[in-house]
Parts: sequence; structure tokens; C-alpha cells
Amino acid sequence: MTTASDPASAEALHDVTLTVNGVFQQLRVPARRLLSDALRHDLRLTGTHVGCEHGVCGACTVLIEGRPTRSCLVFAVSADGASITTVEGCLEPDGTLGDVQQAFQDCHALQCGFCTPGFITTITAYLEDHPNPTEDEAREAIGGNLCRCTGYQNIVAAVVRAAEIRRERTAT
Amino acid sequence: MKPAPFAYHRPSTVAEAAQLLAATQGKILAGGQSLIPIMSMRLASPAALVDLNHVPGLAAIDVTSTAVHIGALTRHAALEANDAAYLANPLLRRALRHVAHATIRNRGTTVGSIVHADPAAEMPAVLRLLGGIVEAVSSERGHRSIDSADFFVGPLESALQPDEVAVAATFPHPPGGSGSSWAEISRRHGDYGLVGVGSLVVLDEGRRITSASVCLISVGGTPVLVDVTDASSGTTYDAVDWTAALELVDAAIDPESDIHATAAYRRQLARVLTGRALAQATADAIARVAA
Repeated sequence: MTTASDPASAEALHDVTLTVNGVFQQLRVPARRLLSDALRHDLRLTGTHVGCEHGVCGACTVLIEGRPTRSCLVFAVSADGASITTVEGCLEPDGTLGDVQQAFQDCHALQCGFCTPGFITTITAYLEDHPNPTEDEAREAIGGNLCRCTGYQNIVAAVVRAAEIRRERTAT
Repeated sequence: MKPAPFAYHRPSTVAEAAQLLAATQGKILAGGQSLIPIMSMRLASPAALVDLNHVPGLAAIDVTSTAVHIGALTRHAALEANDAAYLANPLLRRALRHVAHATIRNRGTTVGSIVHADPAAEMPAVLRLLGGIVEAVSSERGHRSIDSADFFVGPLESALQPDEVAVAATFPHPPGGSGSSWAEISRRHGDYGLVGVGSLVVLDEGRRITSASVCLISVGGTPVLVDVTDASSGTTYDAVDWTAALELVDAAIDPESDIHATAAYRRQLARVLTGRALAQATADAIARVAA
């Protein structure tokens, strides 16, 4: 597992394999590399945003084995072998906007967009288990994500709209 | 906001984990939802981490006739979702719903939360209220069971020794005729509770109260267990007056002021939430008897 050391710092490096958005990835990182940084710096997947970096804001939320998880609260080396979905993986297979992304556009659920990736991943997973949320349930579902622009009203509307879009797309 | 360098070890058995922990004088990494932010803020810089996440068999949830047993890798979310555990002991799910946010519960472990021993955390109080047990393993001294009454020593301090790995926890089922509840007030749902109260009330066949207890969080250095049986014993469920119980709780707690709430406000919350929790647990006992 330890395969090398960083020549500059003598810090041990570890080989890690991840499946990110269906793509097999190999990287060599120090143990202290947060999964959020591994995604952004090592894999150049900068859709995952880093806000507070201590688990409060939710901007860095990704899906590990389908479950929303703070990527700033996981070491990349500890996620070795895991399957991860980031906001870049929340598209339709043909590359068009995913259901949650489309709902965010429809409902004007983002302004600056910094928090949006964490919302998209969280809501994408939530709708798997709750295909028809009420407005109250939608509000509860996003309770772990902070947004400083929108006041949340349009994000709540987008959760309900995303469920609608998902049902429409599944029906056709 | 990046952790300091540390040596990373990935054991594949509990025995190997215990050996590595003793040899490196490091810390155990399970869910990491408290440990990693502490490391990122450089409040702690352990020289080594021993990662349990790749040890097979530690994520089990076993519901037996007497208790719910969980392993060191049982995530909060898995225990919360487990219907057999809920049927045997509804308090587990009721309290787990107050543990941080769903996203944190997907990764965080219940045993890890207990071992972290944060006086504001829910699951240490649930373990204490139910009289649960923590199972620990050391490479030198082998296995030992630690009673929850002896486990919580102070804020963020447990009876676990530096070379011991907490491998499991046991939550005994509440007795027949009992009801339970969790009541909590936080600034926003998912934040640390300003005060939280777990309650267990046991009724006899005449629906008289035979035992009642509460365990409070955020009002002392450890979970504060208060037996209020004497304040209510022998009274039927619908005639009970909890005023004396509130006085017992008030005498047992020692809340502090911080940015979120004054000590006086916490004291007020403790009274109100204790009353609510006892009433809810009593109603729960009646509902369970009727069902």
C-alpha cells in the first residue's frame, strides 16, 4: 500500500484506486489527502467545491457507494476501492442536464452556484429513496447544506420539481 | 485547514489493529466525522492512524432476545434504518435522528461517537440510560467489557485506554411495559443540542410507574443520568406529577454558558425537556402496552 515517499517532504505516499463517475482512477497520495482535495487536485474534478472544510457547509458532498458523504471528512486513502459519484456524474448519459440540474435551472435555485454541487449530489441520492417528497420533506432533505444566496425557497421548489422531472423521464 | 502528516496503517483484523495501535501510539480511524475536522483544524495531530474501515465483520447489527449489538464500523445511518433494532428498542432510532445531519450519519459510527464521549452527543447518553456496554480489545491485556456507568469520565474522555480498540457496543433492550423518548432543542436541526433528554419509563400491569429515569446531554461534562423513580413511583400514568422529578434533575446538572446558550437558559431547557421526555415516554409505554 505504501509505495513511495514524496522526495520534497519524505512523506509516505499511498496508491489508491477509486471508481469516479464510472471511470477507474489510480492515484498516489499522502495519507492526509482529503477525498475532496484528491478529487479536485489529483483528478482535476473541480465540480466538487470546498467551503468550510470541517463538515458544516455541505458544499463538498459526494456520493460514496450511492450515499451522500462529506468528501472533506474522508481521507482518500481510506476510501480506497470505493465507487464515487460527484456532481460531474449527475448528468444524463447523453451529457445533457440531469433531472436535479434541470430542476435547479427551471426553479432558479442557484445564484452564485458555490454550494450547488453539494445540493445536486445530496438531492440526487435523496430522490432514490423518496421519489415523491412534500415541500416539508424537501426542506428536511437539504437541512445539511448551506446556501448564502437563495434563501432556500427556490431550492426547496427544485427538489419537488426534480422529483417531477424524474417521474416524467422514467415514464417515457 | 489540512491535517498534519501522519503514518497510515490499514489492518485487516482486530488483533492486527490492536497491535498497531499499541505500537504506534496512534488513534483509531472509523467514521472520522469528529476526528478528521479536529485534525484539519490542527486541534489534534496524531502521529499515526489505524484505519478500521477495511477490517471485515465490524459493521454488523445483531438483534438478540436481550440486546442490540453493533460493531465499530456500524454507521449511524445503518442502525437508524434497521427495523429489527427499532422494534426491539425504538429509542435508538429516535435519538439517532438527532445525531448531526443525514449526510454525517452515513459515514459516522455509533461506537465512534460513544468513544469520542462528547458531552453534547446523543448516543453516549442512550448507552448510559439503557445501561449498555462497550467492548474493548488491547493486544497486551486482551478483551474487556466496560459498563456505561464507568465509561464516561469527562468531556471527550472515556475509560478506554490509549492502546484499546473499542470493537463493539451493546444496548440492552428496555424492559417490558416500558416506553422511551428523546427530546432535544438545537439552534437548527442537526446542530449540537443545547440540551437533549432521553427518557425511559416502566409501567406495571396496573399502569403504575415502577421506574423512571432520564439522561441529559450538554448540561455537564458527561451524560447526566438521573433516576426519578422516587418522584413518581406507584402513581398511575394518568395521575403522575413530574414536578419533583424536575427538581431532582435541576439538582443533578451543572450546565455552562457558551456562545449558543447561557447556563440559566440551559437549566430552563433541562426542566422543560425533562417534563416533555417523561410525558412522551409514558405515552409511549401506554401505546406499546395497547399495541
